[in-house]
Amino acid sequence: MLLSVNDLRVKAEDKEILKGLDLVVNPGEVHAIMGPNGSGKSTLARALSGHPGYEVTGGTATYDGKDLLAMSPEERACEGVFMAFQYPVEIAGINNAYFLKAAINAVRKYRGQQELDALEFMQLIREKAKLLEMDQSMLNRSVNEGFSGGEKKRNEIFQMAVLEPRLAILDETDSGLDIDALRIVSRGVNALRSPDRAMIVVTHYQRLLEYIVPDFVHVLSAGRIVRSGGKELALELEAKGYGWVETAAAGAKA
Amino acid sequence: MSTSTETIEQLASREYKYGFETEVETDTFPPGLDDEVIRRLSAIKGEPEWLLEFRLKSYRAWLAMKEPVWHNLKIAPIDYNAISYYSAPKKKPQLASMDEVDPEVRKTFEKLGIPLIEQQLLAGVAVDAVFDSVSVATTFRAKLGELGIIFCSFSEAVKDHPELVKKYLGSVVPYTDNFYATLNSAVFSDGSFVYIPKGVRCPMELSTYFRINAKNTGQFERTLIVADEGSQVSYLEGCTAPMRDENQLHAAVVELVALDGATIKYSTIQNWYPGDKDGKGGIYNFVTKRGKAMANAKITWTQVETGSAITWKYPSCILQGDNSIGEFYSVATTNNWQQADTGTKMIHLGRNTRSIIVSKGISAGHGQNTYRGAVKIGKNAHGARNYSQCDSLLIGDKCGAHTFPYLEIKNTSAKVEHEASTSKIGEDQIFYCRQRGISMEDAVNMIVSGFCKEVFRELPMEFAVEAQKLLSISLEGSVG
Repeated sequence: MLLSVNDLRVKAEDKEILKGLDLVVNPGEVHAIMGPNGSGKSTLARALSGHPGYEVTGGTATYDGKDLLAMSPEERACEGVFMAFQYPVEIAGINNAYFLKAAINAVRKYRGQQELDALEFMQLIREKAKLLEMDQSMLNRSVNEGFSGGEKKRNEIFQMAVLEPRLAILDETDSGLDIDALRIVSRGVNALRSPDRAMIVVTHYQRLLEYIVPDFVHVLSAGRIVRSGGKELALELEAKGYGWVETAAAGAKA
Repeated sequence: MSTSTETIEQLASREYKYGFETEVETDTFPPGLDDEVIRRLSAIKGEPEWLLEFRLKSYRAWLAMKEPVWHNLKIAPIDYNAISYYSAPKKKPQLASMDEVDPEVRKTFEKLGIPLIEQQLLAGVAVDAVFDSVSVATTFRAKLGELGIIFCSFSEAVKDHPELVKKYLGSVVPYTDNFYATLNSAVFSDGSFVYIPKGVRCPMELSTYFRINAKNTGQFERTLIVADEGSQVSYLEGCTAPMRDENQLHAAVVELVALDGATIKYSTIQNWYPGDKDGKGGIYNFVTKRGKAMANAKITWTQVETGSAITWKYPSCILQGDNSIGEFYSVATTNNWQQADTGTKMIHLGRNTRSIIVSKGISAGHGQNTYRGAVKIGKNAHGARNYSQCDSLLIGDKCGAHTFPYLEIKNTSAKVEHEASTSKIGEDQIFYCRQRGISMEDAVNMIVSGFCKEVFRELPMEFAVEAQKLLSISLEGSVG
């Protein structure tokens, strides 16, 4: 077991959004988290990665045997938790390659590994850049600055490829992508699937799951997982709409 | 935002690294200022009659002047009669080598991390170290002398090169210029003098470290740099001061003269004591810096201002000659209760004159940061061009950034552009870095240095590294 979330409760801006969420993720598995707007999908992603705007009010999250919630965001990152942002952030004046080098060396230092020198680093990123069809110029531009929506998302997966996390959380990576960008991003993600890496893919639409086929699908409604199943659950959702699970959940509660 | 604001406050409580005093016997005037004090000061320094006259007429002009009030600063009233106008190390050594420097002074330099000896041997930087107004060590003078370059203390220049000093002193900043500059003209203690002869390219960066020391001693540095026709020089000024309680006045004047085809690059790192986290103490830094560029000459001001409780400073260029160029690159940070009102004036008089202004203001804590810049295009300045860019970065939600650009254009062929932006280091930016494994401190440093990049790249290499370090020290604790 890589991640075990138990009765997780999370508040943002004084409003309780996750109201007792349970989730177990094993190495090698890909879990899709689906649900209507406001159900708490992105809150789950951000709470697991330690965003300071989200306050955990109850429950536990154990990652690789450690208390995930007690760690700072950078410790989680160094322990191998990666989140691909829904809205990747721009940093003016810092080039993309420099940023990534600072990141990978921070992680390596934490793990007691030797930091990469400029040459080793360039070799590494050249290879990964090919995977995401990243142009050299994108590496030399300021982090996400002036990137199109698709380039930003590609850049996220590129960073993931370089940092090689053990738990990757993709927060609505498909939003704002045209079909070509979606293909490139999905190919990148699929190339990173491995028996010792798990992924949590947060998405609103079933479309992404045609490209990144999940092992499990969970449906979130009003801060709880109301239904879990295999990849066919996504198709059922697509056909019946979110109203179907919400009604079912409300019925179950009553 | 609440989480980061809290941590901003936690981390902002870092102590000033360079807070210590050196015990050296000093010869100090009792506080107060009148004709007699000026005569004594001039006599101690063995000055010629014309210089005493310059001081006295400045003093009389100053008596009729008022402190400027147009700035965006809150300044506690200053009692100019409570200030001592002269302080010098008693044993003024005539030194052949560093070994002869007072060990206490050497220790101070060591604490500051200024390895003077190493600098001499390794870096090829000639250092004219100003310790409490009087130079105690000057290096590489012989080597520079072979090229006809003069690099010495102002007092020495008065003795050895009176014709140059007399010709250029007050030629860029007249003795009636403004309250603080006029006070400086009356009571300046010492400073640096540089002369680069025609066609000579100064082979090394000239550097001076200033340090304010004796208690209650206003510092009135006077610097004059003359680059003769077709010559080139790069001058570095860096400073840091010991911790103390009372506010200390510093009113320096720097004059640059770039004759036809000359280039002067003047870079400053200013790191005087900024006061404690409650706003107590700190240096008042009221500086007048101005350069005059003749035909085809170029003057570049680059400054990294991290220290002082109050900064009032506008390094300016008078672009008098045709095709002359003025540049101003500035990073100013204010943390805790620091205030800065800084910027530049570009005065275009000649034809086809060009100027660039790049100003980066960073505010953290309760800091208030004001950019004030004037671009004036005279009626004969055909084809003049200016580009200004003023960016402000806010860290936390208790600080402020203000921009006051003034434009005065009297020639219709001029092209003037101004861009301004204000941004906030967002929680999201910091979180993004942290989610990739980068610590909070490193994230802030990275974001800030990205913001300042256009200015840092104008600094000489070794200075740029120092500037970046200083910036991270001065903002250390501003986000947490």
